[in-house]
Amino acid sequence: MSDTLTAKDFATDQDVRWCPGCGDYSILKQAQSVVAELGRKREEIVFISGIGCSSRFPYYMETYGMHSIHGRATSIASGLKAIRPELDVWIITGDGDSLSIGGNHLIHLLRRNFDVNILLFNNEIYGLTKGQYSPTSPVGTVTKSTPFGALDHAFNPSAVALGADCSFFARTLDRDPKHLKEILKRGNSHSGASLIEIYQNCNVFNDGAFFTFTDKATKSVSTLFVEQGQPMVFGAEREFGIKLDGFKPQIVNLNEGHSLDDLWIHDEHDYMKATLLSRMFDVPSEGSLPRPFGVFYSIERGTYEVALEAQVQEATEALGKGDLDKLIAGNSTWEIK
Amino acid sequence: MRMNETQKELKEITILFAGDSGDGMQLTGNEFANTNALFGNDLATFPNFPAEIRAPLGTVAGVSGFQMKFGSTEVFTPGDQADVMVAMNSAGLKSSLHNVRRDGLVIINTSGFDKKNLKLAKYESNPLEDDTLKNYRVFKVDISKLTQETLKDSGLARKDVERSKNMFVLGYLYWMFNRKMAGTIDFLTRKFSSKPEILKANLDVMKAGYHYGDTTETFTSRFEVKKADLPKGKYRSVMGNQATALGLIAAAQKSGLQLFYGSYPITPASDILHELAKHKNFGVKTFQAEDEIAAITACIGASFGGALATTGSSGPGIALKGEALGLAVMLEIPLVVVNVQRGGPSTGLPTKTEQSDLMQALYGRNGEAQTVIVAPSTPKDAFAIAFEACRLAVEHMMPVMMLSDGYIANGSEPWAFPASADLPAITPKFADPSKYEDKEYLPYKRDENLVREWAIPGMPGLEHRVGGLEKEDLTGNVSYDPDNHEYMVKIRAAKIKKIEDDIPLQAIDQGPEKGKLLILAWGSPYGAIKTAVRQLLAEGYVVSHAHIKYLNPLPKNLGEVLGNFEQVLIPEINDGQLDILIRNKFLIPSKRLCKIKGLPFTAGEIIEKVKEIY
Repeated sequence: MSDTLTAKDFATDQDVRWCPGCGDYSILKQAQSVVAELGRKREEIVFISGIGCSSRFPYYMETYGMHSIHGRATSIASGLKAIRPELDVWIITGDGDSLSIGGNHLIHLLRRNFDVNILLFNNEIYGLTKGQYSPTSPVGTVTKSTPFGALDHAFNPSAVALGADCSFFARTLDRDPKHLKEILKRGNSHSGASLIEIYQNCNVFNDGAFFTFTDKATKSVSTLFVEQGQPMVFGAEREFGIKLDGFKPQIVNLNEGHSLDDLWIHDEHDYMKATLLSRMFDVPSEGSLPRPFGVFYSIERGTYEVALEAQVQEATEALGKGDLDKLIAGNSTWEIK
Repeated sequence: MRMNETQKELKEITILFAGDSGDGMQLTGNEFANTNALFGNDLATFPNFPAEIRAPLGTVAGVSGFQMKFGSTEVFTPGDQADVMVAMNSAGLKSSLHNVRRDGLVIINTSGFDKKNLKLAKYESNPLEDDTLKNYRVFKVDISKLTQETLKDSGLARKDVERSKNMFVLGYLYWMFNRKMAGTIDFLTRKFSSKPEILKANLDVMKAGYHYGDTTETFTSRFEVKKADLPKGKYRSVMGNQATALGLIAAAQKSGLQLFYGSYPITPASDILHELAKHKNFGVKTFQAEDEIAAITACIGASFGGALATTGSSGPGIALKGEALGLAVMLEIPLVVVNVQRGGPSTGLPTKTEQSDLMQALYGRNGEAQTVIVAPSTPKDAFAIAFEACRLAVEHMMPVMMLSDGYIANGSEPWAFPASADLPAITPKFADPSKYEDKEYLPYKRDENLVREWAIPGMPGLEHRVGGLEKEDLTGNVSYDPDNHEYMVKIRAAKIKKIEDDIPLQAIDQGPEKGKLLILAWGSPYGAIKTAVRQLLAEGYVVSHAHIKYLNPLPKNLGEVLGNFEQVLIPEINDGQLDILIRNKFLIPSKRLCKIKGLPFTAGEIIEKVKEIY
């Protein structure tokens, strides 16, 4: 039966309750379709979320799931994975959930490298609480809680992830379902923690936050879709490229004396280059570097749960399988007759 | 034995070690305790750690103390006042002399009383020369010098020589109490297996201490404390945190579940983590989390995955775990939370004991969020109670809190340990997927004890979603229905109440079943009350003692027990928390005896209070 599951088999009987037009619908659809295409069994999948609009997600997936408490989906998933390494564990979180209240658990999960998929729905706003700025809102963002503009410097999720020594980071968009699906598959096939930042439009409280990257008129010059081993090319006619001048990315025009051979070739296994990509984070404006999408970084690194299991095995081999009576008695006993 | 030596037979002796935190007082005390336990004495120990990690050498703040009582009769406390004290330096004497009884023996390391040490301890004149010690018998010995003499040809650095002086004390005490050194020789041989020169130095110094007692013209009497007449059985010595860890492992083995312990280091609970981390060959998975919240939420994940999930902390950490504990209440999954209580509020007194988290355990969460609460009364009891906490958590699909404390955690006593075969089986309430091939699985359907089934990932056909939002009865779907919410709140409370039928009735520990005065207590005051009541009964007072191990739900006959007495006295190491609970539940004018000094009760304090209100 499990061989023939379709995306529909992963839908639950619960009414989906996001606002009409919310970017979350697209992500839900792609996730359902990806787990079906990957041929996963429903009982082997667990979706765990924190709190926020996106965190309703598990209720709509016909798998095991937990809608937990604010910011803790990452640590709950860590415990689950530690005890059940074979499960396919997905974490659904938002910018507030994962980078504000749950920031600590996120970075620790990344450094430990549990083999989980983290979908970070970034809409640069608090939607569930009806419109306060979030840790990814740019300085100056005017919201209910910041009528004179936000003062805090915004988090750059890719830089946070790389700073925490993640083994996989990718960025994608709700409005590009094909790319989104591809990235979800890549993340799921990665062994280790895969952090996928998804630019997700909140059409009620922060409509258009990412339109520069999705509108036909602007997206060709404001986005750069990176692919492994390929030169970094963008533009409506693919006429622009990114060249590295030392550590400094520069935009060059391929029609004006530059060739593909001059360009930065994307290497997702190169940490230093991934950090350069993460710093391509300018507020889009005339002449600014495009915002990168795709897999920034992907390396193989041992996972925590495998190491933990190995330690249990090694201890069992070295000390012998635990004997409860010996343990309770300890090293030194005496008898009163 | 020489003619001038007297052999004094005593039923019990309380001995107090006080020295600098670098003087090895804890090791000396524990070894002395282990040797007496092996000999066959009953005993109880009480380490008193300095509050600072590295307080300046020689200061009162840096004093590390260790008190123990051992005897040929049953021993329930580390003793009120010491009969013998070892003061390694001026600060040690200053910090603890008031705990020595009049005419008690004070053994002084004279090298700890030079100008510098006296100044650090803030003594204005030398207590060895003024009348500070006039009410005590004093035995002065230059331990540092004798240790140096013993090791003068060892080639060891002065620092290493200095560090072995506690072995001189230990050797001397073994002579004084006529104990064999064999146990400590074994211990040191294991401890220093890779450092033969340090091992030899320690053994030589211990023997020098022993021979010093044997060969010098001391006026000290040798003490004889015979074996205690303890119940038959196999014994070991155990500390409370260690017993807790063993109880958790035993419960995992008896339930067939994988043990997961997620924890963040905190005094005085960390030793549970240390102990469990050693036993990975039992399939134990320990996880040192990034913070207290991650520790408990990782447990929630592990429990959702089908493990016996356990976490341990102390008051401030438990406060941080509050929200997650509420989630576990909502999810109705097994979870054991050990709170090794310490002095509060806030950071409070990390190294000192207190019982002030009972209200936190009962009410420290948002919403109507009860958990089961159990409390051990002594170090060895921590094994049984940790095991019981796991049993209740697993069989009733509930979070269970165990309230230990610093005094239980670090205290030790002989333990007639059980055989694993005699421990009860623990039966997880796993759902059976084959039963649901033709019918819908309802995650919040309950059995006669109101317990839901445990369906874990990997079980085909039982996929379901749980969460912190209010659950609809049976389906577990999100529900904002007013009647459903009230129903679910009541049913979660009713589920706790059902546990009354699965726990023992409240028994009277000592004294008549009915009478004039009942001492009602919980947790670590057990030993002091036991000792006090024993003495009061011997003096003709009509006093009884009942000790509560199940604080939520309370034993169902507790009201009846209380009704059998004219007066109820509740001694607690807090400002009256059990008293508030008892008054609230039973509307009785119970009386309090509160001590909030970061220290356990002495038997004397209990006796005094009883005589006052009798």
